[in-house]
Amino acid sequence: MVVEFQTSQHQCLANKIDITGQAMLPLKIKDRPIVRALLAAGCCARCVLRFCCVGLQSAYRQTYEDLATELHAFVSEEGDESNDTTKQENSEDPPCKKARLETVQGNSEGGDPAGVPQTQPGTDVDAAVSSVCVVCLGVLQQHCDKTFAQKVSEAVTAEGYQFDSLVLSVSLPAQLSVREHSTWLLVKKQVRDKGTCLGKDDVIQVKEAFKWIMNGLVSQELGVPVLAKSLFEVSVGFTHPETDGDCHFLATTCSDCFKPARNKLSVFTRMAVVKALEKISEDNFRRLFPCPPSRPSTGCTPQDVQCLHMSVFVAGRYNKFSRTLPQTPWVIDGERRMESSVEELITAPLLSSFRYEGFNFCSSGREDVDVRTLGNGRPFAVELLNPHRARFRKAEVRELQEAINKSSDKIRVRDLQIVTREAVARMKEGEEEKTKSYGALIWTRTPIEKDDIEFINNIKELELAQKTPLRVLHRRPLAVRQRLIHTMTASFLDPHHFHLNLRTQAGTYIKEFVHGDFGRTKPNLCELMKADTDILELDVESVDVDWPPAIED
Amino acid sequence: MEGAEHRGTPSVIDRYFTRWYKTDLKGKPCEDHCILQHSNRICVITLAESHPILQKEKRIQSINYQISAGCSRLQNKVSGKSKRGGQFLTELAPLCRITSTDGEEYTIFSCIRGRLLEVNEDILKRPNLLLEKPSTEGYIAVILPKFEESKSITEGLLSRAEYEDVVSKRTGENKEPC
Ligand SMILES: [Zn+2]
Repeated sequence: MVVEFQTSQHQCLANKIDITGQAMLPLKIKDRPIVRALLAAGCCARCVLRFCCVGLQSAYRQTYEDLATELHAFVSEEGDESNDTTKQENSEDPPCKKARLETVQGNSEGGDPAGVPQTQPGTDVDAAVSSVCVVCLGVLQQHCDKTFAQKVSEAVTAEGYQFDSLVLSVSLPAQLSVREHSTWLLVKKQVRDKGTCLGKDDVIQVKEAFKWIMNGLVSQELGVPVLAKSLFEVSVGFTHPETDGDCHFLATTCSDCFKPARNKLSVFTRMAVVKALEKISEDNFRRLFPCPPSRPSTGCTPQDVQCLHMSVFVAGRYNKFSRTLPQTPWVIDGERRMESSVEELITAPLLSSFRYEGFNFCSSGREDVDVRTLGNGRPFAVELLNPHRARFRKAEVRELQEAINKSSDKIRVRDLQIVTREAVARMKEGEEEKTKSYGALIWTRTPIEKDDIEFINNIKELELAQKTPLRVLHRRPLAVRQRLIHTMTASFLDPHHFHLNLRTQAGTYIKEFVHGDFGRTKPNLCELMKADTDILELDVESVDVDWPPAIED
Repeated sequence: MEGAEHRGTPSVIDRYFTRWYKTDLKGKPCEDHCILQHSNRICVITLAESHPILQKEKRIQSINYQISAGCSRLQNKVSGKSKRGGQFLTELAPLCRITSTDGEEYTIFSCIRGRLLEVNEDILKRPNLLLEKPSTEGYIAVILPKFEESKSITEGLLSRAEYEDVVSKRTGENKEPC
């Protein structure tokens, strides 16, 4: 989509030196008619450079006024090509300076009532500065300077993020692509007439030019490098309601490019417009859209600066000591059932430090609300969305862990650490092959003696066929799954109760193994005992996933 | 409490299910059905304890899920989380026919609208499950009501209390209960 150009700090520095020195526009004599045509069409100085495929970043970084002056000086020069009459849309390349200036102001089109023919050579530069560019709609004129960089930086600072670099992204109104295309057709005509070789891909993108200018300025303001890639993204956007209608004709020529999509306010997205422009024929385009584009009376409006920091992933292992605590908020018919949850107890104490805007909690399996998780605990990872602070020292993370553990006695966290997104995948890796250990309190309908449960200790690698339990069947597919119970240990408590330890393959439904789930788990403990059994309490004793790594105290 | 059969905590059915009943199905006296509705809306259809098969301790001759020439409940298949492909049942859709050794035939009905998820094939091999564990391993079928109908499907059914009332009046009126 957006091609990011690697602009190193080093390069920026080099270019700054260029700016202070006398910058030479890297334009050639053969560019002159194109420059004239573009200026006549109402292009701003920077857009002229773009369409001349000037890749020298320092050329764009001059102040707009300096650049405009230089450009006009360039077109005013009488070169070898002066007798080379260039065919333009509306006027012949005028031989005298005065007439040429009129062309620059676009008066020859008669479409600009504000424009009065000027006679002073300096004023045409003023006009180029003050009238809004037909292509970039002012983005590269009015919103590409130190003042705008200060505005952006102030907005970023006000958000209170901690960051050591940033990436600047720009979103432009979709009609800019239409106007770009129209102007390209104008240039193409010139190029063809001159027999020079230029492709649309060689034209410098508005976004690119914007970043060449702004990256360094924003970097100066905020005191951090502005890079092509960073965890912290600052987005500036522009809208231009006056010309929103520019795209509409495309819907009649390429209706299948503009299908209404969910979560899109308009069908005229930038992507759809670009696609339609690739399809439309040149003749059709010229027939339906002015070439060059019409002159706007207003410049585009900058939108609020948006900041987004990439997610931070915090991992650890948790114990759950309560039988009335769900792992995630439990809501039935829009009503909250339990007052808290494991994920809330873990994430709430992280809020004031990370200042995140949301989170996604995941874990290696999950226990039911009435099941405790003991032993070493269950691995978990939580993605903190748009954190305002993301870097913490080990000692600080340890303090956060203590804060979580002090906040509630229903859970306990260990091995808390910041991990990468990729590392989180390891938690889910081979989850199915892992072993889990459980402790269960079993009730039997008929009285038992110690000897009656002795046989259970001798059962090894018991293969179960478990139909999807009825209690989860509403949200999971119906299937029969083969699961292994590696070992069991039974300890007699009283004639109706015994304790059962199980080591099983992950994914085994223990409750269903004990009560049988209407005979849908086979074999089940009732069958093995030849008596009704039920499970009164269940604890997860261990989750044998060796991630995240242990943290030494 | 040694030797006592009861205990402090409720059974699996008591914990997770609500018992609903439909009595005298299709006007046939005492042919009562029980519908166990899980809190997740899934329903398990079983014989009610007042059904003649249980009351008269009939011996089972055969159980047949082939309810017509063209339709067998054994062919029901569901796939995916949304249980695509399951037969959709209305209240009076027959689930199976049970014949007792005395030649009587009893039809078991769906009782509720919903998608058939599974029928209990174990009772084909072990018909006695019906008599020994009618409300658990001897269940007939599992049905998933539509989400939006999960409340309304029980409107025409009797609660446990209403059912007990019906059954007690029945024994009061009839000298010879069914
Ligand atoms: Zn421009």
